[in-house]
Amino acid sequence: MTLARPFRALPAATPQILTFVLVLLANWAVFPDFFDLRLQDGRLFGSLIDVLNRGAPVAILAVGMTLVIATKGVDLSVGAVMAIAGAVAATLAADGQPLPVILAAALSVGLLCGLWNGLLVAILDIQPIIATLILMVTGRGIAQLVTEGQIVTFTHEGLIAVAGSALLGLPMPVVIALALAGAVAALVRFTALGLLIESIGVNRTASTYAGVDSRSVLLAAYGVSGLCAALAGLIAASDIRGADANNAGLWLELDAILAVVIGGTSLFGGRFSILLSLVGAFVIQAMNTGILLSGYPPEMNLIVKATAIVLILVVQSPAATRLKGFFGPKGGRP
Amino acid sequence: MTRSSLFAGVALAAGLFAATLASAAELTVGFSQIGSESGWRAAETTVSKMEAEKRGIDLKIADAQQKQENQIKAIRSFIAQGVDAIFLAPVVATGWDSVLEEAKDADIPVVLLDRTIDTKDESLYLTAVTSDTVYEGKVAGEWLAKTVGDKQCNIVELQGTVGSSPAINRKKGFDEAIAAHSNLKIIRSQTGDFTRTKGKEVMESFIKAEGGGKTICAVYAHNDDMQIGAIQAIKEAGLKPGTDILMVSIDAVPDIFKAMADGEANATVELTPNMAGPAFDAVMAYKKDGTVPPKWIQTESALYLPDTAKEEYERRKNLGY
Repeated sequence: MTLARPFRALPAATPQILTFVLVLLANWAVFPDFFDLRLQDGRLFGSLIDVLNRGAPVAILAVGMTLVIATKGVDLSVGAVMAIAGAVAATLAADGQPLPVILAAALSVGLLCGLWNGLLVAILDIQPIIATLILMVTGRGIAQLVTEGQIVTFTHEGLIAVAGSALLGLPMPVVIALALAGAVAALVRFTALGLLIESIGVNRTASTYAGVDSRSVLLAAYGVSGLCAALAGLIAASDIRGADANNAGLWLELDAILAVVIGGTSLFGGRFSILLSLVGAFVIQAMNTGILLSGYPPEMNLIVKATAIVLILVVQSPAATRLKGFFGPKGGRP
Repeated sequence: MTRSSLFAGVALAAGLFAATLASAAELTVGFSQIGSESGWRAAETTVSKMEAEKRGIDLKIADAQQKQENQIKAIRSFIAQGVDAIFLAPVVATGWDSVLEEAKDADIPVVLLDRTIDTKDESLYLTAVTSDTVYEGKVAGEWLAKTVGDKQCNIVELQGTVGSSPAINRKKGFDEAIAAHSNLKIIRSQTGDFTRTKGKEVMESFIKAEGGGKTICAVYAHNDDMQIGAIQAIKEAGLKPGTDILMVSIDAVPDIFKAMADGEANATVELTPNMAGPAFDAVMAYKKDGTVPPKWIQTESALYLPDTAKEEYERRKNLGY
């Protein structure tokens, strides 16, 4: 009955969907034109589109991060890997290389970074938080080496189209994020892969004894996270037509982890949902956009955001769930 | 063992002798640089080397990688080497007293570049060469007031990182400049964290919040990078930056000159990367006849307009920005 799984998860998604709707309504309350949409140069134009477009990089990071967190790990290096991939892409684009070469190079670098993390975690058994911290710190240095400390800019039409074009009116980053999340969710839910990831997250030793090749699964999870980070880095570089090694993806690993947590995936591994992590990423961005639209002084940004996040997490906490008698998801939670 | 250490000793002595010979003819200056956290910082290092070469000064640069302890180590090593002067771009404002005391005891003048320090004893440094960030904001505001004239003008402001001193000062200077003009009004102000990505995101939201951008008359950005992000956001909204909306920012990095040459930006105020030039001049005068420079040497905050954009871009593009 694997086919029924995504549908069975629907009632469990209620808090996340409700949160997203509430944040959107809050935005509408502070800014009445929030839901206005119009066509501009063949693409939809409006605040709602901004939420999706600006949230796409974190949403993409959250896809990979969900898999890693489900294995009871964490990937702190995604922001730095974004910077590396962006730096590689921008340098090649400034050099006039064709788009396939740029994409292949940037994604390979991301995959390599992810596999490096996987190697440290799966083979050398280093704690994930330490293993990925290494690349988080050195990665930005590597990116600076690639760009030689400058902001490398480009006018490469192909690379600009990665974030600058649109499909059916939707900005390309949104299309990429939705397609990626859909593909990965399908991959883990319609095969046994999702179950294997969850079982490793709940108890790696027991899973290994039960015959799960936990090393390969862990390597794959970190590899996918690296790939996702590279994709997000490509979009970030394409968006500003340049690679800013110092600032690209800075602190986004924390937003990605938060997105996964808002999506209801436990940091203790096990139960996970990629699509809800996506919702989590858009919740975060909806708050950011709402703050910008509200016209509050910038000193208030972090306070408003922190208050909202505390509220969301309290509403989603196990205690609140028990109190309200929500239907909790079955199994998985250790 | 004895022979090899004797050999090493001779080699060291020979090396020292050569070093003494070289420095006999010219000044040797040690420069403790913060690091290369931004393009501007990299340009400052490049320009310092060029200015030293111009004057025949032997400049030793120590990159501290954003760490005060590395800067203190570098200063101690400069003192041990017996340089003629030490330049310091301090990464933080406090905690310099004891190491600067050592330099003072060794009779080596210290010049602060780009940033100042908090100290009770001002005699610890010869002079500080910095820009006046309040004045930069003022120059930008005055340009806008002059350009707009008597027309009503709604301004949106892209602030730097909240709480950082350039953001506070550049806002203050701009506010002072437009205070006398009741037709100029800042309608929205948000932080773009000095980055292109955030500048673009914030500008997108400003455009939506102000009726598709039609009521915005000018954008004032605390640095050029945010302005470049804003230019892209305005273009994607179907408006013409530089024509429909006036664009004024601060820093004068090469890319803003490219935008000005394309007619997409209107003015920028320079934060010069040449802090070392005036510092070298002060040190040379001091060494020659003991002329004590003023405690604060303020660099010029020049206004650049599109008419010189092409030449300025060519002049700057290889400075390491």
